[in-house]
Amino acid sequence: MKAFTYERAHDPVAAARAVAARPGARFIAGGTNLLDLMKIEVETPVHLVDVQDLKLDRIEPTDAGGLRIGALVTNTDLATDSRVRRDYGVLSRAIVAGASGQLRNKATTAGNLLQRTRCAYFYDTNMPCNKRKPGSGCAAIGGISRQLAVIGSSDKCIATHPSDMAVAMRVLDATVETVNAIGETRAIPIADFHRLPGDTPHIETALAPGELITAVTLPKPIGGKHVYEKVRDRASYAFALISVAAVIQPDGTGRVALGGVAHKPWRDEAAEAELPRGAKAVTAKLLAGAKPTHDNAFKLPLAERTLAAAMAEARTTA
Amino acid sequence: MLAGGAATAVVATSHASARTGDRPAADPAPVKVSFKVNGERHDLTLDTRTTLLDALREHLHLTGTKKGCDHGQCGACTVLVDGVRINSCLSLAVMHEGDDVTTIEGLGTPEKLHPLQAAFVKHDGYQCGYCTPGQICSAVGVLDEIKRGVPSHVQADIAVSPAFSNLELRERMSGNICRCGAYSNIAEAIAEVAGEKA
Repeated sequence: MKAFTYERAHDPVAAARAVAARPGARFIAGGTNLLDLMKIEVETPVHLVDVQDLKLDRIEPTDAGGLRIGALVTNTDLATDSRVRRDYGVLSRAIVAGASGQLRNKATTAGNLLQRTRCAYFYDTNMPCNKRKPGSGCAAIGGISRQLAVIGSSDKCIATHPSDMAVAMRVLDATVETVNAIGETRAIPIADFHRLPGDTPHIETALAPGELITAVTLPKPIGGKHVYEKVRDRASYAFALISVAAVIQPDGTGRVALGGVAHKPWRDEAAEAELPRGAKAVTAKLLAGAKPTHDNAFKLPLAERTLAAAMAEARTTA
Repeated sequence: MLAGGAATAVVATSHASARTGDRPAADPAPVKVSFKVNGERHDLTLDTRTTLLDALREHLHLTGTKKGCDHGQCGACTVLVDGVRINSCLSLAVMHEGDDVTTIEGLGTPEKLHPLQAAFVKHDGYQCGYCTPGQICSAVGVLDEIKRGVPSHVQADIAVSPAFSNLELRERMSGNICRCGAYSNIAEAIAEVAGEKA
């Protein structure tokens, strides 16, 4: 691990200022992903600003009838919250489908959104990776790509976003609230928060340097049956090959987002309109233009079948 | 070593965004941190890079907590912080100011075993024993999480409170790997303690 200096911030603007003022500085909260990457020197911050004292660990109702989830609310606390379980079940389900109990106890809401890809070539510092070292190339293209993206990728990067929680946040139309070093706040729709790789796969989100996530807000509940269906290589504690977050209404309409297929949670409102016509019709639109590799072409039929399973689950869930 | 270091330096400086930055030529000064371990307060002065795991093992010589993968994948380093189980390998010691850490040494003693320790012995919940401290600390956390109503992936209805079952146990313990494959005995040991408490 590279040496770094450390400070503990006491208010959000001061934390943002501390990071903005120092190139190479980073926020640290749960640290489960950042520290892992620091150990293998994929991440090499020169200064860490610890944000655990910022009092952003509460879940509160909003005036619009939704919930404001503090950036530091742990994955466990968010999944356990009775309002989330009752009104946003897809979010609880997605969270408990990811990681392990120990990690969920430490990982935070904002940190989960900001976690880096698990592409093996991103982790291997002996290999080219445009995300880790811009301009060095992509070893995943033509490499082992079973886990990687089938859509929205570029000739620079075929990484996937690893989060389950983010897929549920996308289907719920969450908003990411931020503050910067001069106290300006922003509300970024989750659809615009994560970027596609394009020519700059190292720029993963809409955040500016030093911009701090303070909360993620959910609009008022939309009802319906909430399902999170995840397919992975083992029964627990593995990243998704395909995941489906779905909210299905009694009339068969609803919302769907996919995980494990792209550089961001994958949702297309036009494809959702096909829900009453079945999973095949939805995925035909949702994954139109997909460019799978030899290794991961199975994800296209798997996505359709996983969505079909989610829709069947929605019909049976009490 | 030199080649690796140089390559890493290139990585650090080639990022066009805010990831670049000047690293101090000398290592930064060690940082003071105080936390309780098994009820006893410790004042440490540590390199900022020290994980909670290394602070416990290398500085406090509490070697019951084990280093397996050092990347949060195996669970051997599981400890309880303020009663909640975490991977101590993925947490910086300096971030634990004022915290209350419980390791396997704080759960029981050879003369007076914690019920889970006794149950692991009774049910032969190990072979080599390397993962055992992490398994037991994790199990303490799991039983408390079920009591507090923390949901799991295997619940049919996410809205209701979970109940202990073999399926629940296996899902909730999935962050603890046992390379000897003593899982069925581990599950029996934990189930016995859960039953006693239920």
